[in-house]
Amino acid sequence: MNTARMAGSKRFERLSRREINREVYVNELPELGLIVMNSPGDPRPSLDIRSGRIVEMDRRDMENFDAIDRFIAAHAINIDQAEHSMSLDSIEIARMLVDINVSRQEIMKVFSGLTPAKIAQVMNHLNVVEMMMAMQKMRQRKRPYDQAHVTNWKENPTLLAADAAEAGLRGFAEEETTVRVARMAPFSALALLVGSQSGRPGVMTQISCEEALNLRLAMKGLATYAETLSVYGTIPSFLDGDDTPWSKGILSSAYASRGIKSRFTSGSGSEALMGYGQGKSMLYLEIRCIMMVKGAGSQGVQNGSISCIALPESLPNGVRGVMAENLVAASLGLEVASGNDAMSSHSQMRKTAKLMLQMLPGTDFITSGHSVMPRKDNLFGGGNFDAEDMDDWHVIQRDMQVDGGLKPVREKDVLAVREKGARAIQAVFDYLGFPEIADEEVDAATTAFSSDDMPDRDSVADLAAADAFLESDLTALDVVKALDAKGFKDVAEAVLEMQRQRVLGDYLHTSAVFGDGFNVESALNTPNDYLGPGTGYRVEGKVWKDICNLPQAIDPVKLVCEEASDPNLILRSVGTAAPGECLEVVVALGPAYASVMDGTLAGISHAEALRAILDGIESEGVASRVVKVWHGADLADIGLSGAKLSGSGIGIGLQSKGTALIHRKGLAPLNNLELLGMAPNLTLESYSALGKNAACYAAGRAPSPVPMKIDNMARLRLIVHTTLLHHREVNQIDKNRGVEEMKAIFP
Amino acid sequence: MSAENESQYPLGENDRDTIKAKSGRPLSEMTLDYVRTGDARPDDLSAEASTLIVQAEFARQAGYLELAENLARAAEMTRIPNDEILEIYEALRPGRSSYHQLLSLSQKISSVYDAERTGAYIREAAEVYRDTGLLKYNV
Repeated sequence: MNTARMAGSKRFERLSRREINREVYVNELPELGLIVMNSPGDPRPSLDIRSGRIVEMDRRDMENFDAIDRFIAAHAINIDQAEHSMSLDSIEIARMLVDINVSRQEIMKVFSGLTPAKIAQVMNHLNVVEMMMAMQKMRQRKRPYDQAHVTNWKENPTLLAADAAEAGLRGFAEEETTVRVARMAPFSALALLVGSQSGRPGVMTQISCEEALNLRLAMKGLATYAETLSVYGTIPSFLDGDDTPWSKGILSSAYASRGIKSRFTSGSGSEALMGYGQGKSMLYLEIRCIMMVKGAGSQGVQNGSISCIALPESLPNGVRGVMAENLVAASLGLEVASGNDAMSSHSQMRKTAKLMLQMLPGTDFITSGHSVMPRKDNLFGGGNFDAEDMDDWHVIQRDMQVDGGLKPVREKDVLAVREKGARAIQAVFDYLGFPEIADEEVDAATTAFSSDDMPDRDSVADLAAADAFLESDLTALDVVKALDAKGFKDVAEAVLEMQRQRVLGDYLHTSAVFGDGFNVESALNTPNDYLGPGTGYRVEGKVWKDICNLPQAIDPVKLVCEEASDPNLILRSVGTAAPGECLEVVVALGPAYASVMDGTLAGISHAEALRAILDGIESEGVASRVVKVWHGADLADIGLSGAKLSGSGIGIGLQSKGTALIHRKGLAPLNNLELLGMAPNLTLESYSALGKNAACYAAGRAPSPVPMKIDNMARLRLIVHTTLLHHREVNQIDKNRGVEEMKAIFP
Repeated sequence: MSAENESQYPLGENDRDTIKAKSGRPLSEMTLDYVRTGDARPDDLSAEASTLIVQAEFARQAGYLELAENLARAAEMTRIPNDEILEIYEALRPGRSSYHQLLSLSQKISSVYDAERTGAYIREAAEVYRDTGLLKYNV
């Protein structure tokens, strides 16, 4: 074969242009840390304890411990439990994870005594479905929630407040913002706080900015949680992040001392990306991170590769490894905000497939950031899911009966809370003497699609005022005062209650969020108690009703018009139909035809459709008769009944919804001559051609193909209509009437 | 610890009436009316050390031992002013402090703020930083 003469495959050419082929795929390169799980460079598990102290861990003597090993050995391994845990086979622990008879608490206890390498070995035994089963059990809080990203390109505080309010209404339990210009942070934190409490009192908010600034804003009461505490699995990476396990640990305590919830951030691939993968697998290094998080005493972590996600996804089993890191965090007793936040793929199919690993079992936060705005306004690098994906999310929840943390909303409700959030921040700015927010900004923010719809502000004045606000003594208390003075008493109460909660500290616990009415839901008072079918969090009652309550969903009965006869076609019975003897085609109609229905799924009236068929038959010089089949509604039965009566043996069956066929006497019911099965795609020309072809069969001439529109989506759009209309046909069945000959009158 | 043992999580539901802010003002007095008077201070809306100790005990009872330890440190740190918290954080970042600077910081925090756990944590960092090259001039 002369391959040089062979052209390339047109199918491969088309595939090469698919979204999935815009990504980069590489083979493993362990030396650079480009390996997701099970690197040849990963240590084998070991643990040696002498006098209550770890002297060797994962084949490394304490003299050679780096600072991360030191931290893990001192804070993250329960010495009393370790001997037993390490004596268990890793496969045995893997099986406990999926065993519905082993509780979450028992697993946490076992994990508290494991080393990083041992945990990596356990994960290596699990496939993704087993990881999902385990996650369903190991999630710390009973009910899963979701976290919102709220930012905009113009850093417009009014739009920020409106989006924050909408996020609250949509059911997000947490909202995170960040800044393009760091100096805007005080205003962005303020807008997020005021907006969120206008949407749903109790939504927790945070601003992602430099650690020290973050802490200052939280101390002012402008943020209620923090998740900026990044950790890395190798020391050089840590140093590039300008931190150590101890500096991060002290921050975690500092936040708690001010009544602020915090979680750490880590994720597969960060070390390799920073050049310090040290030949280890991404999962092994991530397990070291998670153990540091636990050792620091944080209640939780956001992981799942986060902003590095494209790196593990370029490698074999990248998505599996990322799911494993979520599961490790949960198994160590940490709250998990499970990624799905940074852009992970060009392909919608690939993005959704990955999402299912976290959404179906449920994690504490399915995403660690789901944009309520369009992609271009997401200052976290675009975001993986955004405002335009909301309805897809709702429908997937309804399809699977899963709670992905969001509930469908009505446009009018969204407009109302957006306006409230925008008006509230306008009032606060006014009261505190910040640069004016004009009414036109409020209007624009209420209805905006993106920040393109917002008028420009004087950013020099805004930045100067934001600086002054940060340096001033003003705190959330002044915000409460402003809201109250300007008539936003309920928002003032919500912001104040958020401050009171800092005095109580209930939300410092694992997986804590506020449900409606500021009721705290954490692993302490609403623990995940999944132990197999019939236990744990079940999507039922009000939650399920809310999920089902799609604005797009309608009463099916309203989908089709009321029953009506066709005024342009009168079918008068002339008695029981008798077999004919001449050259003819018998047109057999469904029982509802023209009497309780008046048109087909394609919107063609019954009079026109029948007329076209009869004209088609006549154009070939063949006679026709019309009968109505009362004994059944099945198309093959209707058509064959007509054929049996026909002098030529040829009959046409026509259902009331418009589906039609040509049948011949003597054939098996399902073995017809021609079928026009897609009623929505049929036109008058199709019916006319069907009539002609039937006449040709009767006369022994060759038929030509029936013209038809091609619309492969018609079935999707009209399957419910079809069901309802066919139900009407079935309702008209009258076994006793058999087949009647009809005189068709077109008045 | 007797009073703490009687507490039940969540405090917001079960003990709201007995909780005091860092300023000593009962939380129940922190109403919108009170904020309107303009007398409320940031300490009226900060947690008191004893409250965080109770929360640490809740965490311990539920098996979250490391979180309990963190909350116990946090209870101590309620006594440390904002500026000094930021200074401790800065001192613990890599290459910022000498061994002796960290030791004296540890001592000061322990004694001035009655913060034994926090002091020990800084002391532990000093030793690890010394052993693994994370002190000033090393990094």
